[in-house]
Amino acid sequence: MSLSRRNLLGLEGIAAQEISHILDTAESLKEISFRPIRKVPTLRGKTIVHFFYEASTRTRTSFELAAKRLSADTVSLSASTSSLTKGETLIDTAKNLLAMSPDCIVMRHSQSGAPHLLAKHIPCSIINAGDGAHEHPTQGLLDMLTIRQAKGRLDGLKVSIIGDITHSRVARSDIIGLNTMGSQVTVFGPRTLLPPAVETLGVAVAGSMEEAVSDADVIIMLRVQQERLTDVLFPTLREYAQRFGLGLGQMKAAKKDVVVMHPGPINRGVEMAPEVADGPWSLILDQVANGVAVRMALLYLLIGPEAA
Amino acid sequence: MSSPRPILLKGGRLLCPASGLDKTGDLLLAKGRVEAVGGKITPPKNARVIDCAGLVVAPGFIDVHVHLREPGHEYKETIASGTRAAAAGGFTAVCCMPNTEPVNDSAAVTEQILERAAKEGSARVYPIGAISPGLEGKALTQMAELKQAGCVAVTDDGHPVSDSRLLRRAMEYAAGFDLPVICHSEDLALSAGGAMHEGPTATRLGLPGIPAQAEVSAVERDLALAGLTGARVHIAHISCAGSMEALKRAKAAGWAVSGETAPHYLALCDEDVGQYDTHRKMNPPLRSAADRKAVRRGLKAGVIEAVATDHAPHSVLEKELEFGLAAFGVTGLETSLGILLELVEGGLLTLPQAVERLTAGPARLLGLPGGSLASGGPADVCVFDPAAPWTVDPDKMLSLSKNTPFAGRTLPGRAKLTICGGRVTHQLKERA
Repeated sequence: MSLSRRNLLGLEGIAAQEISHILDTAESLKEISFRPIRKVPTLRGKTIVHFFYEASTRTRTSFELAAKRLSADTVSLSASTSSLTKGETLIDTAKNLLAMSPDCIVMRHSQSGAPHLLAKHIPCSIINAGDGAHEHPTQGLLDMLTIRQAKGRLDGLKVSIIGDITHSRVARSDIIGLNTMGSQVTVFGPRTLLPPAVETLGVAVAGSMEEAVSDADVIIMLRVQQERLTDVLFPTLREYAQRFGLGLGQMKAAKKDVVVMHPGPINRGVEMAPEVADGPWSLILDQVANGVAVRMALLYLLIGPEAA
Repeated sequence: MSSPRPILLKGGRLLCPASGLDKTGDLLLAKGRVEAVGGKITPPKNARVIDCAGLVVAPGFIDVHVHLREPGHEYKETIASGTRAAAAGGFTAVCCMPNTEPVNDSAAVTEQILERAAKEGSARVYPIGAISPGLEGKALTQMAELKQAGCVAVTDDGHPVSDSRLLRRAMEYAAGFDLPVICHSEDLALSAGGAMHEGPTATRLGLPGIPAQAEVSAVERDLALAGLTGARVHIAHISCAGSMEALKRAKAAGWAVSGETAPHYLALCDEDVGQYDTHRKMNPPLRSAADRKAVRRGLKAGVIEAVATDHAPHSVLEKELEFGLAAFGVTGLETSLGILLELVEGGLLTLPQAVERLTAGPARLLGLPGGSLASGGPADVCVFDPAAPWTVDPDKMLSLSKNTPFAGRTLPGRAKLTICGGRVTHQLKERA
């Protein structure tokens, strides 16, 4: 079965069935990464452009590995090497790329909605690898895959997302995806980092760190973007770590079988203490491994032999 | 220039809210003036007689907030194209904002605009001068000279004066020359970085928000300064409930204040940004549905006395971009009447109220001629069919720019004939 879509711009509007299908496909492709020869010919002859307007190491590497394990050809363009810096518009750059007949463009951009703009003008598959503070759908999918593996289900789970919700595309995709799959999401963070009308995203807002931690089956900690400090969104990293960070002290209030996740890269000692990041409850490295599997699944479903 | 032939508009619904006239009858225009109003008029020998049965014959519309872009940004709009768009929308007079290049902060620029308008314009053009040279908010322009050159008001529009002391001085000084001050009220620190109205839609789209309070707190300040100085102060593009309520209180206090709103705030709300539609991006932004309701209420009650389009043409260079990078602003001249007719159809305004907000209302607040069908007044007339639905097609619009927020929308009616100073400036081509 293929997907009923050409693009993955976000998890908004993606049905539970489709999400399950992507996760199942990822599950079945995961073992390729553990074979002695980690490569299958599925996407041989397909071309994928990795179009990164914003710096990214792990997401781009993960996408590239996924493409290579499926034998696709890949080209990488980043902000520093692309004509963005030469004043070309997004649409012009994309049309130029299109003239090289790629099958899929994987795109990261600092502006919310940039992949949606591209999709209006470009008739090839587009995967959003993160747009501004909007969505990061592949991260949302890999988080759900990681949770499903650890807990055996998504339906009925309580998930707490803690930190900078306002500027986090990971938070939005996690919230949308988890809501679709029947989890209950709670958010917590400094009031300056909770977006206006946050409850309209379909989440509860915890009143304290203890409340956010104690009830949760899953805790997702978000990265403190240090560049936010210049915008005076909270006083100091010290106070942030004390009030909104996850340390061993906070973990005492958590359920015994809680799992802890983080999209990376971690600011150790700020949003998460090293003992927690490296502790038995941590699924952080599973997330990375699942990232490759989820991206393989998407490429397979969007441009593979069965794709529409 | 020779005088045009007299025009007799026969048997239309003469609708002049300024005088309370609303009756079927004839209207005779001659020598650029309204010669006779009402009843049955025998046409003079050389008159052009136009049958207006079933149509509304209203005063020509007046728009107090338009960006004609000339001089400096002629690729977006010119005085010729902008006034052609105005005429197509039923307008016979537009006030043009000073954020041109160079800025209209001197008599030389004002004169250049007026000269061009006299030569190529399809509507009367009333320039609005800058409050501060270069819109920099640091000093005062020579307002007396600007007025003498033809400016009807002053404003720094999209670059609001942050310095309250300077704005106070501007109001005091302008008041001495009976020059209204128009305020684009925005607390720039509070709105900084924002791309759309702060609320659920901005949160969903991951876009930085502009809270309504960035407008309301600045409106409150600007009105307080109006009270302090006694100046005539006009609040531009009211988009939210808080601003409307503040204006209502200031009026109750007896201050010489007025306000306008734009068709898009009456017809759309923040949810209509949809999936990053840059043709729904303007400043102030589309607000909540509750704000839209309050603005409609304020317009009906006359707290807001004018509809002004804030016609802000931008080319694809500024609009076919990522939402956060796209320019603020939408066109409006050719759709304003249609949007008001929608409100009339929806029972939110009466037809005389809608026409008043496009004619007598704006004329009154800037002291402009026209806005009525009074005998002896300028022969500025808009004849429209309130029940002739049409669908907005950007490619068929006369503005050089196509950034309308209403593409594809079917509106109840539109101008069929526009007459400015006794000359036909627009006549809708009838399709067979």
